Amino acid sequence: MADFGGQDLEGFRAEARSWIEANFPAGLKGQPNPMMREERTKPSADQEAWRKAMGEKGWGVPTWPKQYGGGGLSGAEARVIQQELNRAGAYNPIGGMGVMMFGPTLLEYGNEAQKQQHIPSIVKGEIQWCQGFSEPGAGSDLASLQTRCEDKGDHYLVNGQKIWTSGAQYADWCFCLVRTDTSKKHEGISFVLFDMKTPGVEVRPIKLISGNSPFCETFLTDVRVEKDQLVGPLNGGWTIAKRLLQHERSGLSGAGGGGRMGMGRGPVQLAKEYVGLDETGRIADRDLRTRIIQNEMEGRAFQQTAIRAMLESKGNSGPSAATSIMKNAGTRVMQERAELALEIMGYQGLGWEGDAFSADELTAVRGWLGGKAVTIYGGSQEVQNNIISKRILGLPDLTQAS
Amino acid sequence: MAVLNEEQSMLKDAAKSWVQEKSPVTAFRKMRDSGVELGYDAAAWNEMAEMGWAGVIIPEEYGGSNFGYLSLGLILEELGRTLTASPLLASGLAASSALILGGSDAQKSEWLPKLAEGSAVGTLAVDEGPHHNPEKVEATVSGGKLTGKKTFVLEGMAANVFVVSAKEGGEIGLYLVKADGPGVTRQRLSLADSRGAANVTFEGAPAEKLEGGSALLEKVLDRARAGLSAEMLGAATQAFETTLDYLKTRVQFGQVIGSFQALQHRAAKMFTDLELARSAVEAALAAIDNDTPDVPELVSLAKAKMGDTFHLVSNEMVQMHGGIGMTDAHDAGFYLKRARAAEAAFGNQSYHRDRYAKIHGY
Repeated sequence: MADFGGQDLEGFRAEARSWIEANFPAGLKGQPNPMMREERTKPSADQEAWRKAMGEKGWGVPTWPKQYGGGGLSGAEARVIQQELNRAGAYNPIGGMGVMMFGPTLLEYGNEAQKQQHIPSIVKGEIQWCQGFSEPGAGSDLASLQTRCEDKGDHYLVNGQKIWTSGAQYADWCFCLVRTDTSKKHEGISFVLFDMKTPGVEVRPIKLISGNSPFCETFLTDVRVEKDQLVGPLNGGWTIAKRLLQHERSGLSGAGGGGRMGMGRGPVQLAKEYVGLDETGRIADRDLRTRIIQNEMEGRAFQQTAIRAMLESKGNSGPSAATSIMKNAGTRVMQERAELALEIMGYQGLGWEGDAFSADELTAVRGWLGGKAVTIYGGSQEVQNNIISKRILGLPDLTQAS
Repeated sequence: MAVLNEEQSMLKDAAKSWVQEKSPVTAFRKMRDSGVELGYDAAAWNEMAEMGWAGVIIPEEYGGSNFGYLSLGLILEELGRTLTASPLLASGLAASSALILGGSDAQKSEWLPKLAEGSAVGTLAVDEGPHHNPEKVEATVSGGKLTGKKTFVLEGMAANVFVVSAKEGGEIGLYLVKADGPGVTRQRLSLADSRGAANVTFEGAPAEKLEGGSALLEKVLDRARAGLSAEMLGAATQAFETTLDYLKTRVQFGQVIGSFQALQHRAAKMFTDLELARSAVEAALAAIDNDTPDVPELVSLAKAKMGDTFHLVSNEMVQMHGGIGMTDAHDAGFYLKRARAAEAAFGNQSYHRDRYAKIHGY
């Protein structure tokens, strides 16, 4: 790989290994990452200790600059850390939207004071962020958002409603798109930050078809936003939002770091258990077998593409319009896998709750339902196709989608 | 749409207006939220029975109207539109078919009048594993006592009588087992589609044989499959129409989203699939009424085509509605969940494609 840069990676590997051995609580070995859970519970003492250790070290975000608490490491060194975490059965306790989307965007577009204020607390995992983008009337057409932001002299006043605010009920701060000029569409949007405890912020969880509530409606009534919490220029928020959405897609496709790919038993293993093999060792249901093979191959080609993109990326230019391809391909494979799991489990893949079904079976059903959202959020599959058509293929734009 | 006779037209109109007035999707939502163990609203079922729907295929001498399977399919289709939960398919179609085709005069006299008036509920208990596989039967009958386990028995908690497949002397047959008799235990299944079902265990339960062996089993299953396909047709049609309505009203980028050609073409494909599926479902029901020899292949065609279509339409319903389609407050999730349960019941697409090929010798 190009970015090995002649560094002493094996020396770094030894350092990483011994640091993880010294700091990762043995009781957490092999435990799932609590950041991956939709519902938040109070962290255990071990979980807290591990978050603090990784936060102080800056290795939760290994490539972020050292002056804000990040690891200051190369991409190659970051991969070594991930490999050594995997080897130790450890998870990265630093995550969430601050890490995945907001932090990288603020590092690129924020001013020095904003970076000093917000980046260290993301690095340490102390502050969780949520995304105030979508509105009831502004989904795929995000730039039609109407949440008003008025200049009140020494501060701004924000009024409106946001929807699909992931994790808003647990978030400390919000990065939010607001309308600061009603005479223009894209050029009338600004990017602001506020504390979720500010008076006038009200959050209501939305129950989904999967039975849980990972998203919220967020109502903003006369919410005071300080002037120094405007990121980038006034009416210059759309450019920043587009960049942030690229980071989001990159994370959602599973291309960013494994994502949800490969979680749980795959369809091949499930089919062996629930459908069985014929006398020649093939999955007994030929029709099902063909569709499993297609999904396995599609998933493999997707992973190959993710690796190729990583190898081909030069320097740290970050995600590009190609993230739309990765999001659509990755989510399609994921949703098809979930459909296959259900079909393979048959009647056992129809359970909602109760003793008649195993935990894996119930998880498959809820996961299948919850997974229907991945082709909708973070820019629907239709919006991604618009981006591919317009920005990669150079076809005419009829929607002004970005 | 099939060419209907006068009786069928009246039946369809009656079903349509009752469903719209008395059993909209909000009624299904209320039933689900109530957590009722039966998986349907007993009062609504009584109303259906009073209108004679439970006896549509039952001969007049046993209290039915003998209108036939296409007629019953019209009702099931209307019920499917609003996801109305009831034992009509399990009892008024499947169990009734078994008795009509294989019952002795005494068995018919004992059960058909009660099934026709809805005072008793019957159902099929055929499968023993996670997949529909009626040829694999481990339940046995010996000395009039049935022992075995049956999975995913529709309306299993409500049933008064089970029509159970079992082997006696190596031969597959269907047997009547009373639910309140000795040796019957049932476990309620809480399903994603909120409909009523149970796993049922028989341990030396008194069983009466129906005449007809494995041929009867296939005949009864084909009737159940065709009836379920009719219900799926109604549900898929409504899911499509609701989605089409959204395409015509939801505005993004300053225009209704239905003005985007990418969505128009997907809607056109769904409509085309629905038209083909409707033809297949109606042909299967008509073939049953006419007792033609091609019933098995037409039924497998209908269930496979209908399954694929409902699968597609239910997925597109969520996707095209976007975020709102993901919320529990919207109906899209109900259609999605019902689609997968209906696909799996009595053989999914994969099962029926394979069966269709076998029937044609390839």
